[in-house]
Amino acid sequence: MGMRKVAVVGAGMTKFVRRALETGKELSWQAASMALESCEMTLDDIQAVCMGTAPDAFDGVHMKAEYLSDGAGAWQKPYMRSYVGGGTGVFAPIQGWYHIASGLFDTCLVVCEEKMSSYFPHPQAAFLTIFDHTTERALEPNLLWIFALEMNRYMQTYGISKADIARIAVQNKRNAADHPCALLGEAEITVEDVLNSEVLAWPVQRLDVSPVSDGAVAIVLAAEHVARRVTDKPVWIQGVGWALDTAYWTNRDLAYPRYVEVAARMAYEMAGIREPRKEIHIAEPYDPFDYKALHHLEGLLLADRGQAPQLVADGVTARDGAMPVCPSGGLLGVGNPIAAAGLMKVAELFWQLRGEAGARQVPGQPKRGLAQAWGDLMQVGTVVIVGTNP
Amino acid sequence: MSDRVAIVGVGWAGFRPSTPDQSYKELMYEAAVRAYADAGVDPRRDVESFVTVAEDFHEGTSIFDEYVPDQLGAALKPVHTIGGDGLHGLATAYMLIRTGMFQVVAVEGHSKASNILTLPGVTAYALDPVLNRPLGLNSDFIAGMEMNRYLHVTGATPEQCAGVVVKNRRNALRNPLASYPADLEVDEVLAGPPLSWPLGRREASSLVDGAVVMVLASESRAEDLSPQPIWILGAGWCNDAPSLETRDWDEAVYAREAARMAYRLAGIAQPQMEIDFAEVDDTYAYKELQHLEALGLARAGEAGALLEEGAFEPAGMLPVNVSGGSLGVGHLLDATGLARALEVVLQLRGVAGERQLEEVEIGLAQSWRGVPTTSGAVVVMGA
Repeated sequence: MGMRKVAVVGAGMTKFVRRALETGKELSWQAASMALESCEMTLDDIQAVCMGTAPDAFDGVHMKAEYLSDGAGAWQKPYMRSYVGGGTGVFAPIQGWYHIASGLFDTCLVVCEEKMSSYFPHPQAAFLTIFDHTTERALEPNLLWIFALEMNRYMQTYGISKADIARIAVQNKRNAADHPCALLGEAEITVEDVLNSEVLAWPVQRLDVSPVSDGAVAIVLAAEHVARRVTDKPVWIQGVGWALDTAYWTNRDLAYPRYVEVAARMAYEMAGIREPRKEIHIAEPYDPFDYKALHHLEGLLLADRGQAPQLVADGVTARDGAMPVCPSGGLLGVGNPIAAAGLMKVAELFWQLRGEAGARQVPGQPKRGLAQAWGDLMQVGTVVIVGTNP
Repeated sequence: MSDRVAIVGVGWAGFRPSTPDQSYKELMYEAAVRAYADAGVDPRRDVESFVTVAEDFHEGTSIFDEYVPDQLGAALKPVHTIGGDGLHGLATAYMLIRTGMFQVVAVEGHSKASNILTLPGVTAYALDPVLNRPLGLNSDFIAGMEMNRYLHVTGATPEQCAGVVVKNRRNALRNPLASYPADLEVDEVLAGPPLSWPLGRREASSLVDGAVVMVLASESRAEDLSPQPIWILGAGWCNDAPSLETRDWDEAVYAREAARMAYRLAGIAQPQMEIDFAEVDDTYAYKELQHLEALGLARAGEAGALLEEGAFEPAGMLPVNVSGGSLGVGHLLDATGLARALEVVLQLRGVAGERQLEEVEIGLAQSWRGVPTTSGAVVVMGA
């Protein structure tokens, strides 16, 4: 189609922590300045800024992106916030992509920030207001409950055990032990630890869930002619996809995330990928809950339905396996400052494909990776495919 | 890559101070059905991506984008929300089509302002939580301070600001969508209760409920779909400093920079000569004058005098807010910019009824996101 090519040329991230002393503006700026420094650019080189940040209720700031704008480096620049709930972190780079692919800009800074700790005592209560005001909110549903429903359905449909699912939590938390920004890396954690952790809403237990966190991540995107000048290792955006399903999540079969499949097919088509299982070398599926990583691998067509746990058991998804999954440590290990956690996955692919992931480096010079996020009422899939070839 | 993008369908619903008979979903649905019919498209078959503009606190729902797809016919399609004004949404659709990935994109904005019991209380949550919010002030004080600064710097007078109200609410008499038409005199505007000195209550727009949907298409599809595509010649948007302490109080920098970008894309060198009419943000009356100067449609400090001379009347040199603007039509929260753009489309199509301007070819719509933001957008359109 002759679409304009767009590359990731820089990335930066703050530590993910339970309670940051910095304001959201400061977190945004820390990540943004690290990303700029990583590609030796300054704000003067940036033509537009995109912001991703999840519900305003967390920070307790209305029009939160307006408040964050100077921290994100958007002073006197074209600046917009995109929003697809939990899928935002992988959507913001798509927003940056279309800023540049449209031909309107040659460079774009993408910043994702989340400060959940402002919600006191616990941000879980902010989720009360995501439900339908007439049919659901009156029941005072907790987000953990609906994940418990979905996890149960997934286990029931395919005959999957709690231990099968716990293995991916163990894998990711162990991977995160090698991530300098991680909140919950644990090199010694075992399946028994997960199975013995506190029950929150059966079958969800504490160690099945990613932690509440504060943090920010930023990446720098550039059009081809700029990217080649800035770095000799640009990481190209090869495919993007997103899909938002109906809000009536209760009418959906929760065993399979069809919206993820629709988003993935869009991204595969753009990237010219026919056999994703052979052509995707690293996958960073969204893993706010351990079963979700498996569920999403299936939606992404990287595993047969109900078969993702087997890939984990067989070691396929290990850092040195045939298709490493969440070598970063994922949300389960690195932390889950919602939008920032999604962009962290894209930053991880950037570092992995450039061979800069340090102790987390996947062996064998991977050439292509996929990041995916999910959000809303079990409703949205966002997918970005990046690779070393334009 | 498709460089040229056109608006091929528009639809609207509501535009009333309250809509107890319709939920926000019904307003969105009604506007969408009209827009799709206008463009002759089936959303399930033809519309490839959807953009909504919304803010959670205005909706009273966190992660509001959840509730967008169903009533737009957008389920399982690429849908996303922009935390911005309707013109930011229009600019987003413009970008999506220009990538070459999408041929037809729909944009939606709405207001269910009548559901909000305490808008000033909501707006207070947009203030810096550390430095400003603890002062416990009604956010309109920012508009009062800014108006005072505007009068001081430019020499514009309170009477000229009141003149904006007189003009826009009179214009609204000829707009069936307007909720606040009135035939007032300057004295009557100034005699109203104060809001935040020197800003009076009658110089602030009042809220309405409503929804606007627009369908945009690439050049090749636009010519199939519409006998009268309205081309987006340029779009721009910008943020100045968000903090009250560091922003520029003398000038609407966001509007100036957004216009500069839009004019560059549209190839407009002399906006005063080339723009035939404008729909600009008039959330507060002084804002219309301040914005006209920032947009280069009046020289700095001259908008007030031009207004008094009648330059911005429907029969003047540059008709401004012939729709009635937010002062006459009502303010639609995040959909306000789309309401401005809607008037530009209707005028360029020549279907604006009683208020139709003669021989207009290029129109401009501009938005501002309201206090305490310094965020605005501009879209220039041509027949």
